[in-house]
Amino acid sequence: MAVVARDGETGVAAGASRPAAATRLLASRLFVSMAGLDWLAKVWWTCLSISLFAGLWELCWAMGWADEKLLPPPHIFLDNIAEQGKYFNTATRWQVGSSMTEGPSAFESVLITGAATTARVFAGLVLASVLAIGIGVLVRYYRFFDRLVLPTITLLSPVSPIAWLPVAIFLFGIGNAPAIFMVVVALFFHMVLATINQIDTVNTNLINVARTMGASKPQIYTRVIIPAILPGMLQVLRMNLFGAWMVVLVAESTGVGYGMGQVIMLARNTFNPSLVFFTIAVIGVLGFTFDWLLRLAQRRILYWLPDTAERLRGL
Amino acid sequence: MASDNAPHFSSRDAVVCRGVGKTWAAGTKRAHEALREIDLDIKPGEFVVFLGPSGCGKSTLLYLIAGLEDATDGAIWSFGDKVETPSPERSLIFQETSLFPWLTVWQNVSFGLAIRGAAQEERRAVAAEALQRVGLIAAMDKRPDELSGGMRQRVAVARALAMRPKVLLMDEPFAALDVQTRARMQDFLLDVWRDSGASVLFVTHHIDEAVALADRVVVFTSRPGRIKTIFPIDLPRPRNLFSREAEAMRIQLTELLRDEVDRAFAEQEGFAVPA
Repeated sequence: MAVVARDGETGVAAGASRPAAATRLLASRLFVSMAGLDWLAKVWWTCLSISLFAGLWELCWAMGWADEKLLPPPHIFLDNIAEQGKYFNTATRWQVGSSMTEGPSAFESVLITGAATTARVFAGLVLASVLAIGIGVLVRYYRFFDRLVLPTITLLSPVSPIAWLPVAIFLFGIGNAPAIFMVVVALFFHMVLATINQIDTVNTNLINVARTMGASKPQIYTRVIIPAILPGMLQVLRMNLFGAWMVVLVAESTGVGYGMGQVIMLARNTFNPSLVFFTIAVIGVLGFTFDWLLRLAQRRILYWLPDTAERLRGL
Repeated sequence: MASDNAPHFSSRDAVVCRGVGKTWAAGTKRAHEALREIDLDIKPGEFVVFLGPSGCGKSTLLYLIAGLEDATDGAIWSFGDKVETPSPERSLIFQETSLFPWLTVWQNVSFGLAIRGAAQEERRAVAAEALQRVGLIAAMDKRPDELSGGMRQRVAVARALAMRPKVLLMDEPFAALDVQTRARMQDFLLDVWRDSGASVLFVTHHIDEAVALADRVVVFTSRPGRIKTIFPIDLPRPRNLFSREAEAMRIQLTELLRDEVDRAFAEQEGFAVPA
């Protein structure tokens, strides 16, 4: 925790004291002493960024360039959340005897649907990471395994996840399993190759030091190689997180019961642009939050890495 | 020193090389010979510097003695045992930082003990002792990225000492440091060497460094590396590096190296012209 706070402070100090004027310096000191302002600044810039985008869209609508039936601006598609939320309640609508008005409220429906999709992404991501890192390490650990497995993995890695969709349905029918399978299959092959690449770029000196101190092969893997590849692997994981969000929608749109992909499909079939944009907004918020949590976890796990985000600011 | 070329060797010698050669990527198109016919005896407690032009194979010889690489020809013994694998008795210190960034200073220093499954109290005690010897006891709980380059190399030395090595192998350990820090580190290393009683094999391409540190300087030819001559530095310690004798030795070593550097350059120019 101390590390996170320290990184924040240096970030502010480096950013604010750049013009080197005395007042600026004082201001930056103030920033440092009032911990949390750094945070507020981040929220402020995030809001500004989104407002700018939404504002441009609204402008297009106000000028009459964007037809509100095709490209409804935010104030329209966010106008009636209760109405929109009704469509998210796909959990029970196919059950005999249940009507649209029964079951959870509109807001609860959005939450349930969002949580279901998030859970699928999370499960897929965890499964894919564990499998991929495990297989990747085994490939480098055992030469035999390398020769036996790596050609197939390389062969399958360029296959689009879409191609796996029928396989998912053949194998798992309808439900959570095919959606999770799709996420796993979309990430697994790339992550195996990324793991191997990470292992190959571990500093040889670190391995040699461990060897001269009498470390055995398993000890070199557990005590040197695994911690050394962790930073790179978490980076890979973060990149793949967005991939997972993309794939889960495709998987859900083919019938999982309920999920964000299902809602998008429903919106398409009923020609409801408002619902499309509302769902996109919800997905965006979910993905953004997920990424933020992962970054938070990353900083906790990789306590030894310096914060390099400010590195290029002085150019 | 007189027994350098003796056919037999004492099993008490710290390092013995007989006819050692190394060819990288042997048997392929990219094969190149790094070392040829190295015969060398190093006494316990001796400070030997390997001096030679870049790429002459002096670091390769260090890796072979450490047991990290296998010799293509000949064999190496250390205290009578044939060198086949790395051993904690022969600690290697690298030019670049080789501390584990995810461990604290004391965890780095006691890494070798952790591998043997020693208890935390014992590890901390041994680390404290080793860090005391390099004057970094205060930095015990810091992480490597919080230290300067010189401090990091001192931690690396402490880590090597914690293994109680009989031979310290150092591959241009101070090359990345500034001149002032380097001079201080040389004094520090001499203190550590005297206290530990270990033999030190020290690779460098700095003649000043060789004269400041060595009992004997092994001068290498350019590739493939062979021993050109073994040059004793019989100046009393602590050394006055500004004395006339020290200056004379630097000049002699410079002369010895110049031919090799010229040869290396000529060879590289030969490469540059497509045949």
